[in-house]
Amino acid sequence: MPSANATSQTNPARFSDRLSIGTKRVIWAWTFLTLPILFYAGIRFYPTFQAFWLSLTNWDLLRPAQFIGLANYQKMFADPIFWKVFNNTFLYLIIGTPVSLVTSFVIAFYLDRVRFMHSFIRALYFLPFLTTAAAMGWVWRWFYQPVPIGVINGFLSTIGIAQQPFLRSVDQALISVLVPAIWAGLGFQVIIFMAGLRAIPGTFYEAARIDGLGEWAILRKITIPLLKPTTVFLVVFSSIGFLRIFDQVYNMTTNDPGGPLNSTKPLVLMIYQTAFSSYQMGYAAAQTVVLFTILLVVSLLQLYVLREKK
Amino acid sequence: MTAITTTELAANRRDIRPGRIIVWSLLFIGGLIMITPLLYMFSTSLKTSAQVYDLRLVPAAPTLDNYIKVLGDGRFMQWFFNSTFIALTVTASNVFFDSLVGYTLAKFQFRGRYFIFLAILSTLMIPTEMLVIPWYLMSSQLGWLNSYWGIMFPGMMTAFGTFLMKQFFEGVPNDFLEAARVDGLNEFTIWWKIAMPMVVPAISALAIFTFLGNWTAFFWPLIVTTSKELYTLPVGISSFSAESSIQWELIMTGAAIGTIPTLLVFLLLQRYIVRGVMLAGLKG
Repeated sequence: MPSANATSQTNPARFSDRLSIGTKRVIWAWTFLTLPILFYAGIRFYPTFQAFWLSLTNWDLLRPAQFIGLANYQKMFADPIFWKVFNNTFLYLIIGTPVSLVTSFVIAFYLDRVRFMHSFIRALYFLPFLTTAAAMGWVWRWFYQPVPIGVINGFLSTIGIAQQPFLRSVDQALISVLVPAIWAGLGFQVIIFMAGLRAIPGTFYEAARIDGLGEWAILRKITIPLLKPTTVFLVVFSSIGFLRIFDQVYNMTTNDPGGPLNSTKPLVLMIYQTAFSSYQMGYAAAQTVVLFTILLVVSLLQLYVLREKK
Repeated sequence: MTAITTTELAANRRDIRPGRIIVWSLLFIGGLIMITPLLYMFSTSLKTSAQVYDLRLVPAAPTLDNYIKVLGDGRFMQWFFNSTFIALTVTASNVFFDSLVGYTLAKFQFRGRYFIFLAILSTLMIPTEMLVIPWYLMSSQLGWLNSYWGIMFPGMMTAFGTFLMKQFFEGVPNDFLEAARVDGLNEFTIWWKIAMPMVVPAISALAIFTFLGNWTAFFWPLIVTTSKELYTLPVGISSFSAESSIQWELIMTGAAIGTIPTLLVFLLLQRYIVRGVMLAGLKG
């Protein structure tokens, strides 16, 4: 008994003594990584492959999934609603990204030079970024109401402009949803642009002034080229954000999500409805694969285009 | 030559002054427009239902009745608690695991290190929307639907956080860690007691981002919760529409309560938040 006790005490000590410091550190490293590896394998990688697999099945929660080949994709590409949604998604992107980037750059460019109440004004622009779309969806819906209630229509009527239908109109609804989405993200982009502007060494500007360059030339020849890493980051970040738009749309069109007549419906909302309103899980998985492909192509394309322009 | 430049500069300065005042005013007005929705939300939350149609920004007779009514409804407090608990737990988990993994990838030499790093980084390319259907399947099989764990599990670690922390740990000098090793500290203690305190700005950026992201999260909580007791605040606020007639002053109060915590966090930590956004934007 005492001897067994002694060996059990000395054995681990001897065992660890025999390991070199390097080996011990490798063991520590893998110990630290055990849980994270399980997490990423089980909650990121496995579900990714499962999504691809489900997109080839007719799984609907009731019956077990059956392999049906590319039928989901055929159905999707033949569906006019899918193409409407596809179109909407790209409208959010091609209006949202340039408008928000140009606006935030102009604000950042001038705000960077303002000293008086700098952080107060910066806070005004940043605060909307901290809100949740569920809450702000209500505020904006209220703003868009017709006259006795709606703030915007109330303002328009006092300056003599006709009432606008906003969210009730097939033509205006998408823009009406996009404005709050741009509004909410603007402050973040302003801060990132300002960080980028600060990172440009002051000596570049001094040299340019000594060479007699005007403000406009300095902007074109120095600020914008040197700001490129920041711009690339923001273009990609905001494009992905607009392609994945959901919260604002869902919360501003709750009674008929994506309405009127699918005029505001983006891809993610279609995925949500296919999966969790009609429970066509296989079909919804095929739509997520399309979303994945679009995001991949758009980010690679933008990185490529912006890198070439050096 | 120098005389000319100084006079030119002086002239420039005089030219720019009125320009600066205009720029400042335009920026200020733009800023006011940015917070107009928030101002109206707070103003309406202080009005009675009879005053809602009066669109003046300052309520004639401000009252906190709406807040008493909304908070008096137990469900709202429950949602508030759910959101707070979930956001804090997920933040703690991210601060712990993302830092641990980032540190391991930055400071340990072992075969497979680069592969693990690339594998984690590659998950950034996978949109959440693609994973929710498998997550939903997994949750329903394991009984995670309608539970705190079900809402939290997908976000317990993030590739973004890991990447951010790895970048910062790479800047920690090895000498400090070696000294601690010579002193006989074990690797976990070295990470927790020596390395972590040296990257506090990064940790606070990560914590702020994770908290904000989870406090305002909508898509996954909407999918995984069906019972009202487990709604997070955004899902709960969104569900108001299902109720009968729209009482704008109560809805604005709910929206205000959902917004106040993040605004308070911002007012208290403005400097850190802005610095954090800048850090994350530049490094990430």
